[in-house]
Amino acid sequence: MLLKELSELNGVSSREEAVRAYLRHRIQDKVETVYTDHLGNLLVVQGSKKPGPKIMLSAHMDEVGLMVVGIEPSGLLKIKPLGQIDERVLLAKQVLIGEQRIPGVIGAKPIHLQEKEERQKPVKLSALFVDIGAQDKKEAEEMVKIGDVAAFDVKAEKFGDRLFKGKALDNRVGCAILLNLLEKEYAFPLYYAFTAQEEVGLRGATVAAFGINPDLALVFEGTSAGDVPTAKKHQQSTRLGQGPAITFMDRSVIVNQALVERLVETAKEAKIPFQFRKATTGGTEAGVINQARTGIIAGTLSVPCRYIHSPVSLLNLDDFENTIKLADAFLKSIERKGLPE
Amino acid sequence: MKELIRKLTSVSSPSGREEPVRALIKEEITKHADEIWEDKLGNLIAAKHGGKTKVLLAAHMDEIGVIVTDIDEQGFLRFSNVGGINPQRLVGQRARFANGTIGVFGAEKLEENQKLTLSKLYLDIGARSAEEARQKVSVGEIATFYHEFSDLGERIVAKALDDRIGCAILIEALKRVANPQNDLYCTFTVQEEVGLRGARTAAFGIDPDLGIAIDVTGTGDTPEAERLAIKLGQGAAIKVKDNSLITHPMVKDLLTDLATKNNIPYQFEVLPFGGTDSGAIQLTKAGVPAGVISIPCRYLHTPSEMVDLNDVEAAVRLVVAVMETKLD
Repeated sequence: MLLKELSELNGVSSREEAVRAYLRHRIQDKVETVYTDHLGNLLVVQGSKKPGPKIMLSAHMDEVGLMVVGIEPSGLLKIKPLGQIDERVLLAKQVLIGEQRIPGVIGAKPIHLQEKEERQKPVKLSALFVDIGAQDKKEAEEMVKIGDVAAFDVKAEKFGDRLFKGKALDNRVGCAILLNLLEKEYAFPLYYAFTAQEEVGLRGATVAAFGINPDLALVFEGTSAGDVPTAKKHQQSTRLGQGPAITFMDRSVIVNQALVERLVETAKEAKIPFQFRKATTGGTEAGVINQARTGIIAGTLSVPCRYIHSPVSLLNLDDFENTIKLADAFLKSIERKGLPE
Repeated sequence: MKELIRKLTSVSSPSGREEPVRALIKEEITKHADEIWEDKLGNLIAAKHGGKTKVLLAAHMDEIGVIVTDIDEQGFLRFSNVGGINPQRLVGQRARFANGTIGVFGAEKLEENQKLTLSKLYLDIGARSAEEARQKVSVGEIATFYHEFSDLGERIVAKALDDRIGCAILIEALKRVANPQNDLYCTFTVQEEVGLRGARTAAFGIDPDLGIAIDVTGTGDTPEAERLAIKLGQGAAIKVKDNSLITHPMVKDLLTDLATKNNIPYQFEVLPFGGTDSGAIQLTKAGVPAGVISIPCRYLHTPSEMVDLNDVEAAVRLVVAVMETKLD
């Protein structure tokens, strides 16, 4: 299963190689051009000679993770996060480090040794370490180096009726959507960007958009769902099973009104369920694409994911499939009606 | 000029929805520019040619507002901010949507010691049900403050003087300039309040040799105010720094010399917060020397912003002086 394979690849920001190689292998025989730029974006061109507007579709390959920043005399590793991770979720999780996928366990001082005040607070990142089973620093150094990165070690699987769980659904689900769209034919030039380093500051998309310079860009994301019993309805950014989430505004972009309207109109016409992403916090690559060169119309479609940026997130497979359908219907609407104006 | 300011502040044009004010400005400047165009983000650019040096003069068209994120079963709207909005100052104020729908800001009952945040506030548009509310407004629509323009004589009060006053100054300067000595790009920018976004793409397209923004700044001249050496009525403010920019010394000296030579009252502005379009302009391509001509303004980001018309006049004269001085 595509989502399972993508989820189980490790591609912490700046170390996207495994994801990039997997994607390249899957698509290289099917596309006109595929290349990697200096930041590690995997860029695909389809139909460059076709008339019509240049459309860019983007999804980031990278996931949040940890970087090894020190090795203690005991052989335990000190770590820092790459991307936004709630440090309270880290304790006792299993990780895989580096290209060799060295297994590690995140540990801390045991509870019976903690002071009373320490027990009342979550363990801070500075008090966490990764245990790779080394006896001392020398043995640890034979297994890992400072600067290696760790990704969560989690098996992905379908569960329940239509749910799927795994790590890095933000944003392997976006990569899976792009792979699905790559199978289809459109009447205009399409530029697919599988981007690097989104989680550390939208960096891959910044240079990809400058290079491609499209007329319109659509970003695909896994976004935070808020449908838990302890959140009020108006604070629930998105809900699982309610369809693709259309962004009208977040911290990075106010999406062009005509683009939002076209997405809504397209969903209604094709009878595809959709929801608005209600939170205006967070940012996506649409923000930096929108600001590239003299400005590019850019929006975001997201698949709602619960427990995002933690070792395991989950999504609804209907939302995933409906996001592909909406994207396809939107691209076909450009064939019929041109760009949204 | 009062009438122009009244007109400019009477329209509702939040970030990302600048069309009403753009149309108004376009009408005002059409006769006074050599070329006018809009770019992809909606910046309105008026070129007036006179010399070789490309000067970008920027005033932002957008104003702060609130964006609807949810409509509940009773027809109350929940919202998020577009630009810097202080939740403590909202209750009892009114907002207006593009279609004219008016709403009043209300707040949930707070528990003791609970902080008033935007998520505890709602907008009441007088709807008796969700259905009635949805007929008037939908999720994703943006409202701005609703308050009339008041003429206090030498001083005026209005919503959105940040930065319609900058737009008015740039329009007036474009009308007054007789002998432009530089290649002028008067740019009315979009989406400044959400992160200097319009200026960034406009500057990339224009690729100027010099950038000057015209925008409001805070004052320290009210009772028990935060210390700030800027006063209403003491002249145009030449920015030295804010959080987005340390003014290029050459630009600061240029503006100071022009003010002195032309007997234009001025004061220096050292702002410990905030940013303007010049912050984005200076970082364009390989870098652009940039500065700001500021208009002191009280009660910033509220429905009642106040400026002194003598400062406005000083700013117009300083902008015209930049336009009419050959810069190499």
